[in-house]
Amino acid sequence: MGRFIVRRSIGVVLLLIIVSMATFGIFFLAPKLVGTDPARLFAGRVADDATVKQVTKKLGLDQPLYIQYARYAKGIVAGRDFNNGPDKTHCNVPCLGYSFKNDQDVWALMLDRLPVTVSMAIGAAVIWLVSGVSVGVLSALKRGSVFDRAAMGVALAGVSLPVYFTGLLGLSIFSYNLKIFPNVHYVGFTTNPLSWASNLLIPWVCLAFLYSATYARLTRANMLETMGEDYIRTARAKGLPERTVIARHGFRAALTPIVTIFGLDLGGLLGGAVLTETVFGFPGIGKLAVDSIATLDLPIILGVTLFAAFFIIVANLIVDVLYAYVDPRVRYT
Amino acid sequence: MSSATLEGTSAPRPAPTAFLEVRDLKIHFPTDDGLVKSVDGLSFGLEKGKILGIVGESGSGKSVTSLGILGLHKGTRARVSGEVWLDGTELVAATKEEVRRLRGLKMAMIFQDPLSALHPYFTVGAQIAEAYRIHNDVSKSAARKRAIEMLDRVGIPTPDKRVDDYPHQFSGGMRQRAMIAMSLSCNPELLIADEPTTALDVTVQAQILDLMRDLQKEFGSAIIMITHDLGVVAEFADDILVMYGGKAVEYGTVNEVFYEPQHPYTWGLLSSVTRLDRVRQARLKPIAGSPPSLINVPSGCSFHPRCPYEPQTGGKGSTVVPELVDSGNGHMVRCHLSARERTDLFLEHVKPTL
Repeated sequence: MGRFIVRRSIGVVLLLIIVSMATFGIFFLAPKLVGTDPARLFAGRVADDATVKQVTKKLGLDQPLYIQYARYAKGIVAGRDFNNGPDKTHCNVPCLGYSFKNDQDVWALMLDRLPVTVSMAIGAAVIWLVSGVSVGVLSALKRGSVFDRAAMGVALAGVSLPVYFTGLLGLSIFSYNLKIFPNVHYVGFTTNPLSWASNLLIPWVCLAFLYSATYARLTRANMLETMGEDYIRTARAKGLPERTVIARHGFRAALTPIVTIFGLDLGGLLGGAVLTETVFGFPGIGKLAVDSIATLDLPIILGVTLFAAFFIIVANLIVDVLYAYVDPRVRYT
Repeated sequence: MSSATLEGTSAPRPAPTAFLEVRDLKIHFPTDDGLVKSVDGLSFGLEKGKILGIVGESGSGKSVTSLGILGLHKGTRARVSGEVWLDGTELVAATKEEVRRLRGLKMAMIFQDPLSALHPYFTVGAQIAEAYRIHNDVSKSAARKRAIEMLDRVGIPTPDKRVDDYPHQFSGGMRQRAMIAMSLSCNPELLIADEPTTALDVTVQAQILDLMRDLQKEFGSAIIMITHDLGVVAEFADDILVMYGGKAVEYGTVNEVFYEPQHPYTWGLLSSVTRLDRVRQARLKPIAGSPPSLINVPSGCSFHPRCPYEPQTGGKGSTVVPELVDSGNGHMVRCHLSARERTDLFLEHVKPTL
């Protein structure tokens, strides 16, 4: 097990290197191919050629791409100095560079936004996990009933309706018309936990609606399959009460695939819930990504992409490790 | 042993004296295509310490019968009627909860494929201990001790170590041993074994049968052995019940059924068995045709479309359902032919080819 984790961690690092190379290539090579100079983006629209040249030198854009990448990578693991004529700027580990637009440290910007994204993801995850799984289990146990049909109908709607529809609908009803949650905006947890939760409730529910639909359907399918297994018959033949048969023997086995997609979904959301954050105007990582794309702020786009990739890859690793605990047949060497 | 004359009477009958008595058991499943009559009027009795072999083709209702006795059809769409008396308690009319309390305690079951019948996520020991703790109010450590004791009893080496293994870490034979250990953990008085050796290697089959016989002697329980392997029941069972299309067609002691079989279907079964102790024949003789549909059971005798002697019934074969009739000494046969005709046919046509 220890060896497995070490080996997979090395894999994670390699994968991150590849992802960073690819994204770096896309964002710093592609603009050149279409005739846009990143230095000009940084220097601003009114900058003269001399400034652009100076910026090019400062950012090292005059160097070959692989050297630029090497410097970028070194910045992440060891920090980096930017030479700007007589002034030197030191960028601390992990250095993801500075925003082209307002010269802020990309890492600091992301850290600043992270609590918003984490608040949104974790809260929604709790809601969708509880609601999705319990609806799925009930649906499976009462297959063909009115509840099952209604739940699966709602689940179909949940899968089909995008957040920018349910989100706006939710805002329109509960915020603008009924004024139950007026003026939805992000409030830090440490500032006011109650306000934090009440402002996040609509985003949570909208996001959870989308995901819980998938979870309900998946749980239902798994549960139906599991309850038809021979070992369920054995459990009943032992004389176990039906409740125990379902909870301990059925649910336990049906839960395994849920662990997998839950890890991946949560990992993906921690990298930024782009649509949800945009719809509600919450300043999270996803909103940061959208805003920086709109202004072609390359270092931020690059930073956010890497950040999201990191979460997804790490979530994958955690899921794989968890699997060995969930399913004893899985053993890593 | 209930006799054929009891079938169809509706007056309340007294509780039987036999340890297990099944009376006119019917298990029907309504489906979109029609009513599946998996078990249709089955009656038999079994005393403690005896082994009953239930033999028949796939779909003859063997497994459904066993699940019906355990009450595992309760709460499903299956329609169960008739009576199942276990040690003075009637189970068909009993509530789900009452039957559940008896399951595992008084009656236990061993299934065909031990790999799929054991839960992959729990250790073998945990599964045995769980079965023990349902019916015995003991601590976890006491139940674990019991699991180790049972594993030892069924011949698992170093049971104190293997108790923490998962089913996939056991071999096929060991898994079936563990399954047996689990079902015997509460000393049930009735053990139903549903094709317990079918999924195992032949060498392991013999070991498992030996083990079951030893345990049966030790615990004195009644065993119902469901199988399609005539070889298994021949050496294992005391009585044999031959099922066809959800009904019993022949019932008697091992010697009666093997040496003086009376039903044409039983003759067919015996003819299709390889015999190493006889001169090899050119071919095995299969029973012509295929098992009956349980939705549209053939009219009259359900075996008549496949029965070579159907013409001799004078048309009754396809119109009248034959009764299960005692042809002497409790040897029961469901056939229109007279006992005399059957004996002659067997001696002339069947016996020489066996």
